[in-house]
Amino acid sequence: MEKLNGLRCRECGRRYPATPVHVCEFCFGPLEVDYRYDTLKTVVTRASIAAGPPSMWRYKDLLPVEGDVAVGHHVGFTPLIRAQNLADELGCREVWVKNDSVCHPSWSFKDRVVSVAVTKAREFGYDTVACASTGNLANSVAAHAAEGRLKSYIFIPADLEQGKVLATLVYNPTLVAVHGTYDEVNRLCSEIADKYRWAFVNVNFRPYYSEGSKSYGFEIVEQLGWRTPGHIIVPCAGGSLITKIWKAIKEFKALGLITEPVTTKMHAAQAAGCGPIVTMIRNDTDVLVPVRPNTIAKSLAIGNPADGYYAYRTVKESGGFGAHATDEEIVEGMLLLARTEGIFTETAGGVTVAAAKKLIETGVIQRTDSIVICITGNGLKTPDALYDRLEAHVKIKPSLSAFDRALADLKSHAT
Amino acid sequence: MPRIRVRLTFPPELIQEPIVYRLVKDFDLVINIRRADVKADYGWIALELEGDEGALERGVRWLKGKGVQVDPIERDVIVP
Repeated sequence: MEKLNGLRCRECGRRYPATPVHVCEFCFGPLEVDYRYDTLKTVVTRASIAAGPPSMWRYKDLLPVEGDVAVGHHVGFTPLIRAQNLADELGCREVWVKNDSVCHPSWSFKDRVVSVAVTKAREFGYDTVACASTGNLANSVAAHAAEGRLKSYIFIPADLEQGKVLATLVYNPTLVAVHGTYDEVNRLCSEIADKYRWAFVNVNFRPYYSEGSKSYGFEIVEQLGWRTPGHIIVPCAGGSLITKIWKAIKEFKALGLITEPVTTKMHAAQAAGCGPIVTMIRNDTDVLVPVRPNTIAKSLAIGNPADGYYAYRTVKESGGFGAHATDEEIVEGMLLLARTEGIFTETAGGVTVAAAKKLIETGVIQRTDSIVICITGNGLKTPDALYDRLEAHVKIKPSLSAFDRALADLKSHAT
Repeated sequence: MPRIRVRLTFPPELIQEPIVYRLVKDFDLVINIRRADVKADYGWIALELEGDEGALERGVRWLKGKGVQVDPIERDVIVP
Protein backbone atom coordinates (compact mmCIF):
# COMPACT_ATOMS: atom_id res chain seq x y z
CA MET A 1 0.00 0.00 0.00
CA GLU A 2 1.32 3.43 -1.00
CA LYS A 3 0.36 5.41 2.06
CA LEU A 4 2.75 8.39 2.01
CA ASN A 5 2.55 11.42 -0.24
CA GLY A 6 5.92 12.45 1.14
CA LEU A 7 6.75 15.40 3.37
CA ARG A 8 5.09 18.79 3.46
CA CYS A 9 6.23 22.12 4.89
CA ARG A 10 4.03 23.16 7.79
CA GLU A 11 4.46 26.80 6.85
CA CYS A 12 4.46 27.21 3.08
CA GLY A 13 2.99 23.84 2.11
CA ARG A 14 5.81 22.98 -0.32
CA ARG A 15 6.09 19.22 -0.91
CA TYR A 16 9.18 17.02 -0.63
CA PRO A 17 9.77 13.32 -1.25
CA ALA A 18 9.92 11.10 1.84
CA THR A 19 13.67 11.37 2.48
CA PRO A 20 15.69 12.24 5.60
CA VAL A 21 15.13 16.01 5.43
CA HIS A 22 13.48 18.13 8.05
CA VAL A 23 13.57 21.80 7.04
CA CYS A 24 11.93 23.43 4.04
CA GLU A 25 14.71 24.67 1.77
CA PHE A 26 12.66 27.73 0.89
CA CYS A 27 11.16 29.09 4.09
CA PHE A 28 13.07 27.04 6.71
CA GLY A 29 9.74 25.82 8.08
CA PRO A 30 9.50 22.35 9.64
CA LEU A 31 8.47 19.41 7.46
CA GLU A 32 5.72 16.96 8.36
CA VAL A 33 4.72 13.56 6.99
CA ASP A 34 1.80 13.77 4.57
CA TYR A 35 -0.40 10.66 4.21
CA ARG A 36 -2.79 9.45 1.54
CA TYR A 37 -5.88 9.43 3.68
CA ASP A 38 -8.12 8.34 0.79
CA THR A 39 -6.10 5.13 0.52
CA LEU A 40 -5.89 4.67 4.28
CA LYS A 41 -9.66 5.04 4.60
CA THR A 42 -10.15 1.89 2.55
CA VAL A 43 -7.75 -0.13 4.69
CA VAL A 44 -7.80 1.05 8.30
CA THR A 45 -10.79 -0.02 10.39
CA ARG A 46 -11.41 -0.58 14.09
CA ALA A 47 -11.23 -4.31 13.36
CA SER A 48 -7.92 -4.07 11.47
CA ILE A 49 -6.41 -2.16 14.37
CA ALA A 50 -7.81 -4.53 16.98
CA ALA A 51 -6.29 -7.45 15.05
CA GLY A 52 -2.83 -5.89 15.37
CA PRO A 53 -0.22 -6.57 18.06
CA PRO A 54 -0.62 -5.25 21.62
CA SER A 55 1.87 -2.46 20.95
CA MET A 56 1.95 0.91 19.17
CA TRP A 57 2.50 -1.02 15.93
CA ARG A 58 -1.20 -1.86 15.77
CA TYR A 59 -1.37 1.66 14.26
CA LYS A 60 1.48 1.02 11.82
CA ASP A 61 -0.68 1.99 8.83
CA LEU A 62 -0.91 5.49 10.33
CA LEU A 63 2.80 5.76 11.06
CA PRO A 64 5.46 6.61 8.46
CA VAL A 65 7.10 3.16 8.55
CA GLU A 66 6.82 1.45 5.16
CA GLY A 67 8.78 -1.78 5.64
CA ASP A 68 9.01 -4.16 8.58
CA VAL A 69 9.31 -2.80 12.10
CA ALA A 70 13.03 -2.95 12.92
CA VAL A 71 13.15 -2.18 16.64
CA GLY A 72 10.87 -1.60 19.60
CA HIS A 73 8.34 -4.30 18.79
CA HIS A 74 6.84 -4.01 22.27
CA VAL A 75 6.65 -0.23 22.59
CA GLY A 76 3.37 1.31 23.63
CA PHE A 77 -0.15 0.06 24.29
CA THR A 78 0.49 1.13 27.85
CA PRO A 79 -2.31 1.06 30.43
CA LEU A 80 -5.09 3.65 30.40
CA ILE A 81 -6.25 3.47 33.99
CA ARG A 82 -9.59 4.61 35.40
CA ALA A 83 -8.13 6.56 38.31
CA GLN A 84 -11.07 6.64 40.70
CA ASN A 85 -9.00 7.34 43.81
CA LEU A 86 -7.41 10.35 42.15
CA ALA A 87 -10.82 11.42 40.83
CA ASP A 88 -12.25 11.29 44.37
CA GLU A 89 -9.32 13.35 45.65
CA LEU A 90 -9.83 15.93 42.89
CA GLY A 91 -13.60 15.93 43.36
CA CYS A 92 -14.18 14.72 39.81
CA ARG A 93 -16.37 12.07 38.24
CA GLU A 94 -14.15 10.51 35.58
CA VAL A 95 -10.35 10.69 35.56
CA TRP A 96 -8.08 8.49 33.47
CA VAL A 97 -4.31 8.18 33.59
CA LYS A 98 -2.48 7.22 30.42
CA ASN A 99 0.56 5.60 31.93
CA ASP A 100 3.73 5.72 29.83
CA SER A 101 5.85 5.45 32.95
CA VAL A 102 5.78 1.74 32.05
CA CYS A 103 6.46 2.14 28.33
CA HIS A 104 8.87 -0.55 27.14
CA PRO A 105 11.87 -0.59 26.94
CA SER A 106 13.18 2.59 28.58
CA TRP A 107 10.19 3.75 30.66
CA SER A 108 9.14 6.90 28.89
CA PHE A 109 7.02 7.90 25.89
CA LYS A 110 10.26 8.65 24.00
CA ASP A 111 10.30 4.96 23.09
CA ARG A 112 7.39 5.69 20.75
CA VAL A 113 9.21 8.34 18.74
CA VAL A 114 12.60 6.65 18.82
CA SER A 115 11.35 3.27 17.62
CA VAL A 116 9.87 5.00 14.55
CA ALA A 117 13.03 7.04 13.93
CA VAL A 118 15.38 4.06 14.28
CA THR A 119 13.16 1.90 12.07
CA LYS A 120 13.21 4.66 9.44
CA ALA A 121 17.00 4.90 9.81
CA ARG A 122 17.23 1.23 8.89
CA GLU A 123 14.80 1.75 5.99
CA PHE A 124 16.97 4.54 4.62
CA GLY A 125 20.11 2.41 4.99
CA TYR A 126 21.76 4.32 7.84
CA ASP A 127 24.13 2.45 10.15
CA THR A 128 24.43 5.14 12.83
CA VAL A 129 21.87 6.93 14.96
CA ALA A 130 22.46 9.90 17.23
CA CYS A 131 20.87 12.40 19.55
CA ALA A 132 21.75 15.14 22.00
CA SER A 133 20.00 14.53 25.26
CA THR A 134 20.34 14.69 29.01
CA GLY A 135 17.75 12.06 29.85
CA ASN A 136 14.83 10.09 28.46
CA LEU A 137 15.70 10.54 24.79
CA ALA A 138 19.28 9.39 25.34
CA ASN A 139 18.08 6.29 27.22
CA SER A 140 15.73 5.38 24.43
CA VAL A 141 18.06 6.01 21.48
CA ALA A 142 20.85 3.97 23.06
CA ALA A 143 18.46 1.11 23.89
CA HIS A 144 16.90 0.92 20.43
CA ALA A 145 20.26 1.25 18.68
CA ALA A 146 21.51 -1.69 20.72
CA GLU A 147 18.48 -3.74 19.75
CA GLY A 148 18.86 -2.80 16.07
CA ARG A 149 22.64 -3.41 16.13
CA LEU A 150 23.25 0.15 14.96
CA LYS A 151 26.07 2.39 16.08
CA SER A 152 24.91 5.22 18.30
CA TYR A 153 26.37 8.57 19.34
CA ILE A 154 24.87 10.37 22.29
CA PHE A 155 25.92 13.96 22.92
CA ILE A 156 25.63 15.42 26.40
CA PRO A 157 26.80 18.61 28.12
CA ALA A 158 30.06 17.77 29.96
CA ASP A 159 28.74 18.97 33.30
CA LEU A 160 25.92 16.40 33.41
CA GLU A 161 26.15 14.27 36.56
CA GLN A 162 27.33 10.67 36.10
CA GLY A 163 24.17 9.37 37.73
CA LYS A 164 22.12 10.80 34.88
CA VAL A 165 24.07 8.97 32.17
CA LEU A 166 24.14 5.45 33.64
CA ALA A 167 20.80 4.50 32.14
CA THR A 168 22.24 5.44 28.75
CA LEU A 169 25.80 4.11 29.13
CA VAL A 170 24.55 0.65 29.98
CA TYR A 171 23.51 0.12 26.33
CA ASN A 172 27.10 0.79 25.17
CA PRO A 173 26.67 3.81 22.91
CA THR A 174 29.51 6.23 22.15
CA LEU A 175 28.88 8.98 24.65
CA VAL A 176 30.36 12.36 23.72
CA ALA A 177 30.55 14.88 26.54
CA VAL A 178 30.82 18.40 25.12
CA HIS A 179 32.33 21.24 27.12
CA GLY A 180 30.40 24.44 26.62
CA THR A 181 27.19 26.24 27.35
CA TYR A 182 23.83 24.76 26.48
CA ASP A 183 23.65 27.03 23.42
CA GLU A 184 27.08 25.98 22.20
CA VAL A 185 26.33 22.27 22.56
CA ASN A 186 22.97 22.78 20.88
CA ARG A 187 24.50 24.50 17.87
CA LEU A 188 27.36 22.02 17.57
CA CYS A 189 24.91 19.13 17.43
CA SER A 190 22.91 20.86 14.70
CA GLU A 191 26.13 21.24 12.67
CA ILE A 192 27.12 17.59 13.27
CA ALA A 193 23.67 16.48 12.12
CA ASP A 194 24.16 18.56 8.99
CA LYS A 195 27.64 17.21 8.23
CA TYR A 196 27.56 13.46 8.96
CA ARG A 197 25.34 10.89 7.34
CA TRP A 198 23.81 9.84 10.62
CA ALA A 199 20.20 9.53 11.64
CA PHE A 200 20.04 12.31 14.22
CA VAL A 201 16.65 11.26 15.51
CA ASN A 202 15.27 14.65 16.49
CA VAL A 203 17.03 16.65 13.76
CA ASN A 204 17.12 15.21 10.24
CA PHE A 205 14.67 12.43 11.23
CA ARG A 206 12.34 14.73 13.14
CA PRO A 207 9.40 14.50 10.69
CA TYR A 208 9.30 10.71 11.15
CA TYR A 209 10.36 10.66 14.80
CA SER A 210 7.63 13.03 15.92
CA GLU A 211 4.90 10.95 14.23
CA GLY A 212 5.53 8.21 16.79
CA SER A 213 3.80 10.39 19.39
CA LYS A 214 0.50 9.95 17.58
CA SER A 215 0.33 6.40 18.91
CA TYR A 216 -0.18 7.86 22.41
CA GLY A 217 -3.33 9.61 21.15
CA PHE A 218 -4.56 6.62 19.15
CA GLU A 219 -4.29 4.47 22.27
CA ILE A 220 -6.27 6.92 24.40
CA VAL A 221 -9.15 6.83 21.92
CA GLU A 222 -9.13 3.07 21.36
CA GLN A 223 -8.76 2.26 25.06
CA LEU A 224 -11.68 4.56 25.88
CA GLY A 225 -13.80 2.38 23.59
CA TRP A 226 -13.36 4.52 20.46
CA ARG A 227 -14.52 7.69 22.11
CA THR A 228 -12.72 10.90 22.94
CA PRO A 229 -12.50 12.40 26.43
CA GLY A 230 -13.64 15.87 27.39
CA HIS A 231 -10.12 16.97 28.29
CA ILE A 232 -6.54 15.80 27.78
CA ILE A 233 -3.81 17.39 29.88
CA VAL A 234 -0.41 17.04 28.24
CA PRO A 235 3.05 17.94 29.55
CA CYS A 236 4.89 20.22 27.12
CA ALA A 237 8.64 20.42 26.53
CA GLY A 238 9.33 20.95 22.82
CA GLY A 239 5.56 21.11 22.27
CA SER A 240 5.34 18.27 19.78
CA LEU A 241 3.44 15.69 21.86
CA ILE A 242 0.30 17.79 22.35
CA THR A 243 0.12 18.55 18.62
CA LYS A 244 0.53 14.88 17.72
CA ILE A 245 -2.13 13.64 20.15
CA TRP A 246 -4.47 16.17 18.56
CA LYS A 247 -3.40 15.04 15.08
CA ALA A 248 -4.11 11.43 16.09
CA ILE A 249 -7.65 12.32 17.16
CA LYS A 250 -8.26 14.22 13.94
CA GLU A 251 -6.93 11.34 11.85
CA PHE A 252 -9.18 8.82 13.58
CA LYS A 253 -12.10 11.18 13.03
CA ALA A 254 -11.24 11.70 9.35
CA LEU A 255 -10.98 7.93 8.84
CA GLY A 256 -14.39 7.39 10.42
CA LEU A 257 -13.02 5.47 13.42
CA ILE A 258 -14.57 8.02 15.81
CA THR A 259 -18.27 8.38 15.15
CA GLU A 260 -19.27 10.91 17.83
CA PRO A 261 -18.42 14.61 17.45
CA VAL A 262 -14.99 15.44 18.91
CA THR A 263 -15.30 17.94 21.76
CA THR A 264 -11.94 17.22 23.40
CA LYS A 265 -10.08 20.21 24.80
CA MET A 266 -6.30 19.94 24.80
CA HIS A 267 -4.56 21.55 27.79
CA ALA A 268 -0.85 22.29 28.13
CA ALA A 269 1.03 21.63 31.38
CA GLN A 270 4.42 23.22 32.07
CA ALA A 271 6.62 24.09 35.00
CA ALA A 272 6.51 27.67 36.24
CA GLY A 273 10.30 27.71 35.86
CA CYS A 274 10.09 26.80 32.18
CA GLY A 275 6.68 27.51 30.79
CA PRO A 276 6.91 29.56 27.58
CA ILE A 277 4.06 27.69 25.86
CA VAL A 278 1.64 28.06 28.77
CA THR A 279 2.62 31.73 28.99
CA MET A 280 1.60 32.14 25.32
CA ILE A 281 -1.73 30.48 26.03
CA ARG A 282 -2.47 32.47 29.16
CA ASN A 283 -1.46 35.76 27.49
CA ASP A 284 -3.33 34.76 24.34
CA THR A 285 -0.43 35.61 22.04
CA ASP A 286 1.26 33.60 19.31
CA VAL A 287 4.63 35.15 20.22
CA LEU A 288 6.85 32.72 22.08
CA VAL A 289 9.30 34.43 24.40
CA PRO A 290 12.24 32.08 25.11
CA VAL A 291 13.15 31.47 28.76
CA ARG A 292 16.13 30.13 30.72
CA PRO A 293 14.84 26.95 32.39
CA ASN A 294 14.89 26.89 36.17
CA THR A 295 12.81 23.96 37.38
CA ILE A 296 13.10 20.51 38.91
CA ALA A 297 11.12 19.20 35.92
CA LYS A 298 14.29 18.62 33.89
CA SER A 299 12.53 16.45 31.33
CA LEU A 300 10.41 19.45 30.31
CA ALA A 301 13.21 22.02 30.41
CA ILE A 302 13.26 23.41 26.88
CA GLY A 303 13.42 27.18 26.91
CA ASN A 304 12.83 27.84 23.20
CA PRO A 305 10.60 24.98 22.04
CA ALA A 306 10.51 24.36 18.29
CA ASP A 307 6.86 23.34 18.31
CA GLY A 308 5.77 26.00 20.79
CA TYR A 309 3.74 27.91 18.24
CA TYR A 310 2.02 24.73 17.00
CA ALA A 311 1.30 23.64 20.57
CA TYR A 312 -0.30 27.03 21.22
CA ARG A 313 -2.38 26.69 18.06
CA THR A 314 -3.52 23.18 19.05
CA VAL A 315 -4.71 24.42 22.41
CA LYS A 316 -6.53 27.36 20.86
CA GLU A 317 -8.13 25.25 18.13
CA SER A 318 -9.46 22.73 20.63
CA GLY A 319 -10.66 25.34 23.11
CA GLY A 320 -8.26 24.23 25.83
CA PHE A 321 -6.07 26.19 28.19
CA GLY A 322 -2.82 25.78 30.15
CA ALA A 323 -1.40 25.82 33.66
CA HIS A 324 2.01 26.30 35.23
CA ALA A 325 3.21 24.26 38.23
CA THR A 326 5.75 25.46 40.75
CA ASP A 327 8.46 23.09 42.00
CA GLU A 328 6.51 22.58 45.21
CA GLU A 329 3.33 21.80 43.28
CA ILE A 330 5.26 19.39 41.02
CA VAL A 331 6.41 17.36 44.03
CA GLU A 332 2.89 17.46 45.47
CA GLY A 333 1.58 16.19 42.12
CA MET A 334 4.03 13.28 42.10
CA LEU A 335 3.10 12.36 45.65
CA LEU A 336 -0.62 12.67 44.96
CA LEU A 337 -0.48 10.27 42.02
CA ALA A 338 1.66 7.80 43.95
CA ARG A 339 -0.55 7.98 47.06
CA THR A 340 -3.84 7.61 45.20
CA GLU A 341 -3.07 5.33 42.25
CA GLY A 342 0.22 3.61 43.07
CA ILE A 343 1.97 5.19 40.10
CA PHE A 344 5.43 6.66 40.55
CA THR A 345 5.98 9.23 37.82
CA GLU A 346 8.91 11.48 37.06
CA THR A 347 8.72 15.23 37.63
CA ALA A 348 6.99 15.79 34.28
CA GLY A 349 4.08 13.70 35.55
CA GLY A 350 4.01 15.83 38.68
CA VAL A 351 3.64 18.87 36.42
CA THR A 352 0.70 17.30 34.61
CA VAL A 353 -1.12 16.23 37.77
CA ALA A 354 -0.55 19.66 39.34
CA ALA A 355 -1.75 21.42 36.18
CA ALA A 356 -4.87 19.22 36.05
CA LYS A 357 -5.63 20.07 39.67
CA LYS A 358 -5.33 23.79 38.96
CA LEU A 359 -7.48 23.64 35.84
CA ILE A 360 -10.16 21.80 37.80
CA GLU A 361 -9.98 24.10 40.84
CA THR A 362 -10.22 27.22 38.69
CA GLY A 363 -13.26 25.89 36.84
CA VAL A 364 -11.57 25.61 33.43
CA ILE A 365 -12.34 21.89 33.59
CA GLN A 366 -15.77 20.95 34.92
CA ARG A 367 -15.77 18.26 37.61
CA THR A 368 -18.39 16.26 35.72
CA ASP A 369 -16.29 16.04 32.54
CA SER A 370 -14.09 13.10 31.50
CA ILE A 371 -10.40 13.89 31.92
CA VAL A 372 -7.24 12.13 30.69
CA ILE A 373 -3.97 12.96 32.43
CA CYS A 374 -0.85 12.13 30.40
CA ILE A 375 1.95 10.50 32.35
CA THR A 376 5.03 10.23 30.16
CA GLY A 377 7.94 8.99 32.28
CA ASN A 378 8.96 6.86 35.24
CA GLY A 379 9.71 8.27 38.69
CA LEU A 380 12.66 5.97 39.29
CA LYS A 381 14.57 8.10 36.80
CA THR A 382 14.32 11.24 38.94
CA PRO A 383 14.18 10.13 42.58
CA ASP A 384 16.34 13.07 43.65
CA ALA A 385 13.29 15.34 43.31
CA LEU A 386 11.83 13.61 46.38
CA TYR A 387 14.91 13.05 48.56
CA ASP A 388 14.08 15.87 50.95
CA ARG A 389 10.39 15.05 51.09
CA LEU A 390 10.28 11.43 52.18
CA GLU A 391 11.50 9.62 55.25
CA ALA A 392 10.80 6.39 57.11
CA HIS A 393 7.80 6.95 59.38
CA VAL A 394 8.80 4.64 62.19
CA LYS A 395 12.20 3.58 63.48
CA ILE A 396 12.29 0.87 66.15
CA LYS A 397 14.59 -1.54 67.95
CA PRO A 398 14.34 -5.18 66.80
CA SER A 399 11.82 -6.30 69.42
CA LEU A 400 8.11 -7.03 69.32
CA SER A 401 7.45 -4.78 72.30
CA ALA A 402 9.13 -1.88 70.51
CA PHE A 403 6.90 -2.47 67.50
CA ASP A 404 3.79 -2.74 69.73
CA ARG A 405 4.58 0.64 71.28
CA ALA A 406 5.28 2.23 67.91
CA LEU A 407 2.03 0.88 66.46
CA ALA A 408 0.01 2.14 69.42
CA ASP A 409 1.71 5.50 69.01
CA LEU A 410 0.87 5.62 65.29
CA LYS A 411 -2.75 4.74 65.96
CA SER A 412 -3.09 7.39 68.63
CA HIS A 413 -1.72 9.98 66.19
CA ALA A 414 -4.12 8.82 63.53
CA THR A 415 -7.16 9.34 65.73
CA MET B 1 32.02 29.34 1.87
CA PRO B 2 30.52 27.98 5.12
CA ARG B 3 26.83 28.61 5.74
CA ILE B 4 24.72 28.29 8.86
CA ARG B 5 20.96 28.36 9.28
CA VAL B 6 19.92 30.16 12.42
CA ARG B 7 16.93 31.67 14.12
CA LEU B 8 17.50 35.02 15.80
CA THR B 9 15.13 36.10 18.55
CA PHE B 10 15.13 39.77 19.51
CA PRO B 11 14.15 41.14 22.89
CA PRO B 12 12.03 44.33 22.90
CA GLU B 13 14.97 46.69 23.47
CA LEU B 14 16.66 45.59 20.23
CA ILE B 15 13.68 45.83 17.90
CA GLN B 16 14.62 49.31 16.77
CA GLU B 17 18.29 48.53 16.16
CA PRO B 18 19.56 47.69 12.65
CA ILE B 19 21.03 44.35 13.71
CA VAL B 20 20.93 42.64 10.32
CA TYR B 21 22.53 45.65 8.64
CA ARG B 22 25.40 45.56 11.15
CA LEU B 23 25.94 41.85 10.49
CA VAL B 24 26.41 42.51 6.79
CA LYS B 25 28.44 45.70 7.17
CA ASP B 26 30.71 44.86 10.11
CA PHE B 27 31.26 41.12 9.62
CA ASP B 28 31.08 40.83 5.85
CA LEU B 29 28.39 38.15 6.03
CA VAL B 30 25.94 37.31 3.27
CA ILE B 31 22.42 37.24 4.67
CA ASN B 32 19.42 35.44 3.21
CA ILE B 33 16.24 35.93 5.24
CA ARG B 34 13.72 33.11 4.74
CA ARG B 35 11.01 33.84 7.26
CA ALA B 36 10.43 36.37 10.00
CA ASP B 37 7.87 37.72 12.41
CA VAL B 38 8.72 41.11 13.83
CA LYS B 39 6.22 42.88 16.03
CA ALA B 40 6.41 46.15 17.89
CA ASP B 41 7.88 44.58 20.99
CA TYR B 42 9.29 41.25 19.86
CA GLY B 43 10.64 39.51 16.83
CA TRP B 44 12.43 36.59 15.25
CA ILE B 45 14.14 36.02 11.93
CA ALA B 46 15.03 32.68 10.32
CA LEU B 47 17.97 33.24 8.03
CA GLU B 48 21.02 31.79 6.38
CA LEU B 49 24.41 33.35 7.15
CA GLU B 50 27.29 32.82 4.76
CA GLY B 51 30.88 33.88 5.31
CA ASP B 52 34.26 32.54 6.31
CA GLU B 53 34.33 30.55 9.52
CA GLY B 54 36.00 33.27 11.58
CA ALA B 55 33.51 35.89 10.44
CA LEU B 56 30.58 33.61 11.24
CA GLU B 57 31.92 32.95 14.73
CA ARG B 58 32.56 36.66 15.36
CA GLY B 59 29.14 37.57 14.03
CA VAL B 60 27.36 35.06 16.24
CA ARG B 61 29.40 36.15 19.25
CA TRP B 62 28.51 39.79 18.58
CA LEU B 63 24.82 38.93 18.28
CA LYS B 64 24.86 37.11 21.60
CA GLY B 65 26.74 39.98 23.21
CA LYS B 66 24.00 42.34 22.03
CA GLY B 67 21.35 40.14 23.70
CA VAL B 68 20.04 38.41 20.58
CA GLN B 69 19.20 34.74 21.12
CA VAL B 70 20.92 32.69 18.43
CA ASP B 71 19.56 29.18 17.92
CA PRO B 72 20.08 26.61 15.20
CA ILE B 73 17.10 26.51 12.89
CA GLU B 74 15.86 23.34 14.65
CA ARG B 75 16.02 25.17 18.02
CA ASP B 76 15.74 22.36 20.61
CA VAL B 77 18.41 19.95 19.38
CA ILE B 78 19.36 18.98 22.92
CA VAL B 79 16.30 17.54 24.58
CA PRO B 80 15.85 16.05 28.02
